[in-house]
Amino acid sequence: MNKLSLLDLVNLVIRRDLTLAMRRRADVLTTLIFFVLVVSLFPLAVGSELDMLRKMAPGVVWVAALLASMLSLGRMFSADYLDGTLEQMLLVPQSLSMLVLSKIIAHWMLSGLPLVLIAPVLGLQFDMSGEALLVLVAALLLGTPVLSMIGAFGAALTLGLRGGGVLVSLLVLPLCIPVLIFGAGAVTAVTSGMSAASNLSLLGAFLLMSLLFTPWVAAQALRISME
Amino acid sequence: MAINWFKYAAPSSFYGLAGRLIPWFAWPAAILFCVGLYIGFFVAPTDAVQSEAYRIIFIHVPASILSMMIYLIMAGYAALGLIFNTRLSSMMASALAPTGALFAFISLWTGALWGKPMWGAWWVWDARLTSELILLFLYLGFISLQASIEDPRRADRAGALLAIVGSVNVPIIYFSVQWWNTLHQGSSVKLSGTSMHIAMQQAMFTMLAAMWLYVIAVALLRVRSIILERERNTQWVAELAEVRQ
Repeated sequence: MNKLSLLDLVNLVIRRDLTLAMRRRADVLTTLIFFVLVVSLFPLAVGSELDMLRKMAPGVVWVAALLASMLSLGRMFSADYLDGTLEQMLLVPQSLSMLVLSKIIAHWMLSGLPLVLIAPVLGLQFDMSGEALLVLVAALLLGTPVLSMIGAFGAALTLGLRGGGVLVSLLVLPLCIPVLIFGAGAVTAVTSGMSAASNLSLLGAFLLMSLLFTPWVAAQALRISME
Repeated sequence: MAINWFKYAAPSSFYGLAGRLIPWFAWPAAILFCVGLYIGFFVAPTDAVQSEAYRIIFIHVPASILSMMIYLIMAGYAALGLIFNTRLSSMMASALAPTGALFAFISLWTGALWGKPMWGAWWVWDARLTSELILLFLYLGFISLQASIEDPRRADRAGALLAIVGSVNVPIIYFSVQWWNTLHQGSSVKLSGTSMHIAMQQAMFTMLAAMWLYVIAVALLRVRSIILERERNTQWVAELAEVRQ
């Protein structure tokens, strides 16, 4: 039997996770609907003056994205943990970090990417300009993978614990604050007439940093949790 | 005679040592608290700009410094426990966490009391306040993660990983928040000279020393309880005088 190469492994895990998710589309849709719902609640709560809404929009979208990504973290490892697949995954000869990275990519495609795609529509509800919408999408595109990666670490640590859902938010949200600051800051910079380049560069730096470290750290966390 | 330092890495021998050390830290802490508060309240002159309200910094500044130091020390102990698999280091990390959270809370609380007369607001979204708040959340996350895991070994190791990731993140969070917004007054104690009156410095450093000693005493006290709890089924605990009676 041929030995599976790393790329094959990544490919296999991503395709498996996507297939599993497509069999239960409701899970993916719930996160998306939650995101849209939370964003739509804000104008109802704070009033509908367009000036204020324009100012709030980036913050509201980012906070909602952060909360929505928390919502789906529980699913990242728990189904595999419950049916014993995860134990088998720990035993494969290939690197566990790469396996975790593939799961993160799959998770992002299912929970981060839909948010990025729907965000411009929500931005229109808040009367954002075309340029601001473009930067919002760019910032979300750079930032949401970081949320998935930090989230994977939290999900791995809290695997199988009672009240894991609330706990994982408590662990992960403080670590996500830099992403929130620069993600929302990028859009604010553009709307106030400055360049978003520095914010976007920092988000890119976070993305590269977490790409380097989090899969490994999350893999270590999985090993601790599965002992 | 060479001392075998590793002897005290065993919880059973450290338990007794910690018990003997506690008074040596607790009493100086109490005395220095009294001295520091006396200098702070009666000797140090009234500030030209901030009048009497500035005196809260004698509690606020040492508490803030310690809340950050304790996180690093806690992460250091946790890392030692994770790398060398020494149970005592992990126990020390768990023992330090509540004190660190307490100091972060005191720092926020006294900061709010100071902010009201100075800035006219209890809370300002300034970089240092915000990062202190986030630090408190990190402590609470560490404590609740350990509390929700029943197996102590898994709790130690999961907590250690979280503390290490947290301590890597603390500078990132700090600078993000700083670039985001800043309003806090700059630090008055700098490496090259200082703008503070000598009595104010004395009060501040005495209070800092008192709080350090307090932290050590309390951590030792708490680690003794943790040792007893985790080793309750062992022979040496059963033979302890305080357990037998």
